[in-house]
Amino acid sequence: MALLKIRNLTVSFATSTGPFKAVDGIDVDIAPGEVLAIVGESGSGKSVSMLAVMGLLPDTATVTADVMEFDGRDMLSMSGAERRRIIGREITMIFQEPIASLNPSFTVGFQIEEVLRINAGMSKAAARARAIELFDAVGIPEPAEKMRSYPHQLSGGQCQRVMIAIAIATNPRLLIADEPTTALDVTIQKQILDLLLDLQETHGMGLILITHDMGVVAETADRVVVQFKGQKMEEADVLSLFEAPQHPYTRALLSALPELATGDRLPTVSDYFAEAGQ
Amino acid sequence: MSIVVEGKGLTQDYHVAGGLFRPSKTVRAVKGVDFAVERGKTLAIVGESGSGKSTLARIVALIDRQSGGTLRIEGEDVDIGTGKPTRALRSKVQMVFQNPYGSLNPRQKVGEALTEPLLLNTDLDGPTRREKAEAMLEKVGLQRAHFNRYPHMFSGGQRQRIAIARALMLNPALLVLDEAVSALDLSVQAQVLNLLADLQEEFNLTYVFISHDLSVVRYIADEVMVMNKGEAVEQGSRDAVFTDPQHPYTRQLFAATPITDIEAIRARVARRKAARAAALA
Repeated sequence: MALLKIRNLTVSFATSTGPFKAVDGIDVDIAPGEVLAIVGESGSGKSVSMLAVMGLLPDTATVTADVMEFDGRDMLSMSGAERRRIIGREITMIFQEPIASLNPSFTVGFQIEEVLRINAGMSKAAARARAIELFDAVGIPEPAEKMRSYPHQLSGGQCQRVMIAIAIATNPRLLIADEPTTALDVTIQKQILDLLLDLQETHGMGLILITHDMGVVAETADRVVVQFKGQKMEEADVLSLFEAPQHPYTRALLSALPELATGDRLPTVSDYFAEAGQ
Repeated sequence: MSIVVEGKGLTQDYHVAGGLFRPSKTVRAVKGVDFAVERGKTLAIVGESGSGKSTLARIVALIDRQSGGTLRIEGEDVDIGTGKPTRALRSKVQMVFQNPYGSLNPRQKVGEALTEPLLLNTDLDGPTRREKAEAMLEKVGLQRAHFNRYPHMFSGGQRQRIAIARALMLNPALLVLDEAVSALDLSVQAQVLNLLADLQEEFNLTYVFISHDLSVVRYIADEVMVMNKGEAVEQGSRDAVFTDPQHPYTRQLFAATPITDIEAIRARVARRKAARAAALA
């Protein structure tokens, strides 16, 4: 059974020039233990669709869906309180800017202990012990000492490790990672992606990875959804997508990768849409 | 072949002020870097954050004075510490920054942004300046009508075209591009890279291209310099560096860069399948 099942999700924002549809009828399915990559450029609605699932959109957004089920439970008819028991415990999320995601006024130790106390109902002492374990699991050196650090005292890569530790603290069934490595150096990116995949594998979590980077997709995903202007262009398993992309937009994205350039000029997206007569 | 820009033993020190309990210290951000770029060629400087690549870019672009070593531009020794650079020298070197949202003044019309370098560095009259700016807008794939618009009316890719147009207004010999396509979407990035290639050919421009993205570097560079912690750990032609990297750091950088090779994906998918089957058994 699907862990998360969404049918016909639309998100529109009220703007001064009328409603703007950021997500226009998206279906998402993810099985337990699966890595799904949602790829697209800015404005494709890839982040907004997942923020809608998390209930993190501002009041100006209107979210509708025919089906939104997590583990067979209907999230649409749930009360706020019921939904909050899922969000942050069974579904957690990490974001692009690790340093901005953490509260600068509190130590990272306090921030992870808070999650354990509130969402896992642990005592202060138990939360502290578990927090140190988690820091160790995500590869933070000297975890007990680092508990006392403030976010600005850690590097971007270490802050992202803290965010991941917080996100997996409640043993979630689904982790949504929104551009988790975009702000990081390439060697750190590799470490963080390896860590995410390793945790995903050992905990059997579902992982939704939102990214614009085809390289990251190639190295992580089982299945890929390509989005463009709020609509799904193509969905395929990772190998078929790279071997035989079906949609002109996917082909355009792949050929715009400078590393795959064959001639002097890089093809651009408009070349492909021109070819497809769109 | 004439050398447009040449650095010999360039160093840059930053002094970090001390506090009550902390002594002041000196950080050497660039530790003696040598390079030379021929006219019409592209030198790509690759490195991660903290490698000193942007510090070096600022020295080459005549924004900061180097702490040590010599910088030669078109054969002339340049030291901006001993005197203000002349108009002629300023015109020779221009820079394009990473974030086109931050590098254009939101209250300044595009036309003013483009004509300002001419106003400051040349004696051209108003109508001539305007004509040159409008012609340049067309060159970078925008329209003459965009002259009177403000930066917020443009997309990120268009703004980067404006930033490039502004840098080209003085007919520079050398363009320093600091992560100039890093903030752009993949498809827009491809357009801007194509534009840079066209402009290089048309104006015989020399580029110093700073980037952390190896796939972009591979596309645009003639020569590559890999920097790590202020040192140039590897230098060579693009083909030499990419096919046979010598330094362990360069190899580490290549190994960490995600690749979209079909065989690599096939191998990864197979590995994962095997691991799952083993976990179930």
